[in-house]
Amino acid sequence: MKVVIPVSGMTCAACEARVQKTLKQTPGVKDASVNLMMANATVTFDAGETSTDKLVNAIRETGYEASVPGPVENAIEDQANRDREQAAEFRELKVKAIVSGAAGLIAMFVPMLLHGSGAERELSFAMLFASLGVMGWAGRHFYVRAWAAFRHRAADMNTLIALGTGAAFVYSVIATIAPEFFISHGAAPDVYYEAIIIIIALILTGNAFEARAKRETTAALRSLAGLQPKTARVLRNEVEVEIPLEELVSGDIVVVRPGERLPVDGEVVSGQSAVDESMLTGESVPVKKVEGSRVVGATINGTGSLRYRATTLGSDSVLAQILKMMRDAQGSRAPMQHLADRVSAVFVPTVIVIAIVAFVVWFVALHTGEATTAAAAVRGFAAAVTVLIIACPCAMGLAVPTAMMVATGKGGQFGILIKGGEALQRAGDVTVVALDKTGTVTLGRPDVTDIIPVGSITEEDLLRLAASLESASEHPIATAIVRNAKERGIEIVTPGEFDSHTGLGVSAKVGGSSVAIGNAALMTQLGVDLAAVADQTTRLLEQARTAVYVSKDGALAGILAVADPVRPTSRDAIARLKSMSLRVVMISGDRKETAQAIANGVGITDVIAGVLPGGKVAEVQRLQSGGAVVAMVGDGINDAPALAASDVGIAIGTGTDIAVEAADIALMRGDLHSVADAIALSRRTTRIMKQNLFWAFIYNVIGIPIAAGALYPFMGIMLTPVIASAAMAFSSVSVVGNSLRLRSFNPS
Amino acid sequence: MNSIDYAVVAAGAAAIGWVLWYFFFSSGPAAAAVADAGLQQVSVTVKGGYDPALIKVRTDKPVRFVFDRQETSSCSEEIVFPDFGIRKFLPAFQKTVVDIPAPAAGSYEFTCGMSMLRGRMVAE
Repeated sequence: MKVVIPVSGMTCAACEARVQKTLKQTPGVKDASVNLMMANATVTFDAGETSTDKLVNAIRETGYEASVPGPVENAIEDQANRDREQAAEFRELKVKAIVSGAAGLIAMFVPMLLHGSGAERELSFAMLFASLGVMGWAGRHFYVRAWAAFRHRAADMNTLIALGTGAAFVYSVIATIAPEFFISHGAAPDVYYEAIIIIIALILTGNAFEARAKRETTAALRSLAGLQPKTARVLRNEVEVEIPLEELVSGDIVVVRPGERLPVDGEVVSGQSAVDESMLTGESVPVKKVEGSRVVGATINGTGSLRYRATTLGSDSVLAQILKMMRDAQGSRAPMQHLADRVSAVFVPTVIVIAIVAFVVWFVALHTGEATTAAAAVRGFAAAVTVLIIACPCAMGLAVPTAMMVATGKGGQFGILIKGGEALQRAGDVTVVALDKTGTVTLGRPDVTDIIPVGSITEEDLLRLAASLESASEHPIATAIVRNAKERGIEIVTPGEFDSHTGLGVSAKVGGSSVAIGNAALMTQLGVDLAAVADQTTRLLEQARTAVYVSKDGALAGILAVADPVRPTSRDAIARLKSMSLRVVMISGDRKETAQAIANGVGITDVIAGVLPGGKVAEVQRLQSGGAVVAMVGDGINDAPALAASDVGIAIGTGTDIAVEAADIALMRGDLHSVADAIALSRRTTRIMKQNLFWAFIYNVIGIPIAAGALYPFMGIMLTPVIASAAMAFSSVSVVGNSLRLRSFNPS
Repeated sequence: MNSIDYAVVAAGAAAIGWVLWYFFFSSGPAAAAVADAGLQQVSVTVKGGYDPALIKVRTDKPVRFVFDRQETSSCSEEIVFPDFGIRKFLPAFQKTVVDIPAPAAGSYEFTCGMSMLRGRMVAE
C-alpha cells in the first residue's frame, strides 16, 4: 500500500533526511521518500503491519507536523458536499419563509382590528420595527448579496429585491415619522410595511420551493453516488477484515458474499457468480463473472462468492467516472442557453432603467393633470417598486440547466451517458441515424449458424473434426468454430501434420483421417465433389452466411456456416427508430450481398456497402451535405473517425468502459433500443427547454409592462407590489417544476 | 409641464445614464497573476461577485485560480470557464483550485453557473 502524507515544518535537507529515516525504520514500511519541496512523504507499507495513522504518529514524534491525507477529491464526494449545502440552504429558507409568512399575516390583520382605535401612529411604529426585523433577519441575505454584487458592478435578483423593498421601506419610514409632510402636500401618508414583510415571505417561499426542486433535479446523481458502499471486506494476512473504503488500496483482495454490493472495481481471482450491473448499465440480465473477469464497484453480487483484486479506486473508479461524466454534462451549456445568457447579462440593469422610466412617466402624466406633486410621486413610486419586484431573472437562468440536469440523470438510469448540453440538443434534432453493421446491428462476434452433415456423419462428429483441425488456426472463423464446439462440450483432439493453404483453408490428420476445411476452391483442388450441396450453398449465401466445407479422406463430410448474428433486438429497435420519423441507414464495409442480407433481416432499406474504414467519414459527410442531422452509431473504436465526423456520435455497448473519446453519447447497453431511447430523451428535453425559455421570457415580457402600469390607461389594471412578488416567486418554481416532468420519462 | 416635471425628467435621465455606465461601461481594478516556477497563480474572492474580476495573465504558463468562496448564496456556487470547458463546484467558505492550461493571447470570460456574475482573464 502506498500513501502520500502531507508533512509540514521541514525547512532543510536535514529535516527531510530525519523524517525519511524515521519512516524507514518504522515496522511494516517497505519504502519511504520524503520531499522537502512538496512537503510530503510517499510511503509504501504493508497494510497488515502498520497503518496510515501509525505513520502519521511516527512523523509527529520526530517533531514535524503531519496529517492523515484527505480523501482524494472525486465526483462522489463532490456530490455529497453539494447535497449537504443544498439541504442546509433549503432548511434555512424554509424556516425564514415560515416565520416571515406568519409575521406577514399578523401585519395584515392587526391593523384591521385596530382600525379607528386612535392608535394608528403607535401601530405604524410597531410595524416599522416588525418589518425592520424581518428585513434584517429573514431578508438579510438579499441586502448583503445585493451590496456585494453592486460593489462588483454586477446586479442580480437580490439587487431587484433589495432595491424594491429598500425603497418601499425608506418611503414608509418617512411617512411614519413625518406624516404631516405628505398631508400638507395632498397625499395620504400610506405605509408599505405589511407589503414588505409579505414580499420577503413570498420570495423566500419561492426560493425554498426552488431549492427543493433544484435538489430533486440531481436525485438520479445522488442515488448513483449513494450506491458506493462505505466499507469493504478484504484479506489481510489471510484473515478477512472489514475496513473503511478509504483504507482500501489497489491490489487488496476483496471478498464478496452472495447478495452483497461490490465495493470497488477489480479483477476476479477466484470464485464465480452472476453480477447485477443494471444500476450502471441499464442491462437487466446479470453478467457472469469467472476468474479473470472484470468487476465494477457498486454492482450487486448474485448467488456465488467472489474474491477479486481491487484495481481502480476513488476518482478512477467506474462509478466515479460515470458520476463525473454526468456532472460535467449537467455543467455544460446547451446552445439554446446562449440566448438566455445574453439576456440575463443585461437583464437587471435594464429592469432598473424601466423602473426609473415608469416613475418618470407616471409622475409627469399625473402631475401635468390634476394631481399634486406628492400624490404623483407616490403613484410613480408604487409603479417603480412593482416593476423591480416582478422582474425575475432566475426563471431564465434556470430554464435550460434544470432540464439538462434531470435529463442527464434520467439517461444515466438507462445506461445512456450524454456528454454535454450540445450533444443533447443536437441529438434532439437528429433526422438520420446511420448504423455501422458489425458490432452495432450485429453482435460483432462471428458464430456457427448452420451445421450440415453430408452422408453418415453426425452433426457432433462433423463439428469435432472441424474444431480439432481449426484449433491450430487463429482465423476468426476458426475461433468461432472452436468456441462453438467447446460450448457444446465436444472434446477437441490435437491435429497432426497441420498444413495451412493460404487463402483457401487448412488440412491435417485428425484421428488417423485426412481432414481438410476451407472454401470451394480448396475442395476443387483436393478433388472433392460439391455438386450435392449446391442448393444449400446458394441458400447460405443469400442469408449472408459464410460457408466452409469439411472433407474427410477425400469426400465431402459437410458444411459449416459462420455468420455474425444480428442482435436479437435490432429489428424491433429499427422499426422504433423509423416510427420516430428517422431515416435509418446502414453503413458497412462488407460486400453488398452480405450487407443487403443483414439489412433485409432487420428492415433497413438504405444500405451503403463496400465502404472502406476511411470511407465511412465520407459517407457521413455525404448524408450531412443533403441537410440531414446525422447520428452515427458504432462501437466507438473502429468507427471513431465516423463518430467524430457525425453530428452526434453514439458509441454502443460500451459496457462500463465509458471513456469513449469520439462519442457524444455512450450507450452502456449493447442494444439499438438505447439509441431510440437516447434520441427520445433528447427530443423531450429539448422541447422542455424551449417551453421553459418561452415561459421565462414571456413572463417578464408581459409582467414588467403590466407592473409599470401599461394596462392602466385602457383597463384600469395596476398591480400591487405584493401580487408582483407572488408572481415573481412562483415563476421560477414553475420552470423548475416543468423540468422535473422529465423524471417521468420512460422510453419504452 | 412645469419646472418640477422637467426636473424629474432630467433626474430620471441622469439616473438611467448612471445605471448604464456603472453596470456596463465602468470596470473595476485589474490584478495580475503571480508567476511562480512553471505556474502563475491568482486568488479570487467570491462574494456576490469576483474580486478581482479582471485578471491579467501571461500566455506561456498554466494559470492556477484559487477561488475563495466567502458566502453560501447559491448564485456563486459554480465557476465556469466556458472557453476551457471547465465547470466546478465551489464549496462555501472553502478555497477551490481551478487549473487552466497556458492560454493563448486573448480575453477569456469566467462566470457563475448562471452567467450572472462575471469576471475576465486577459492573457497577453
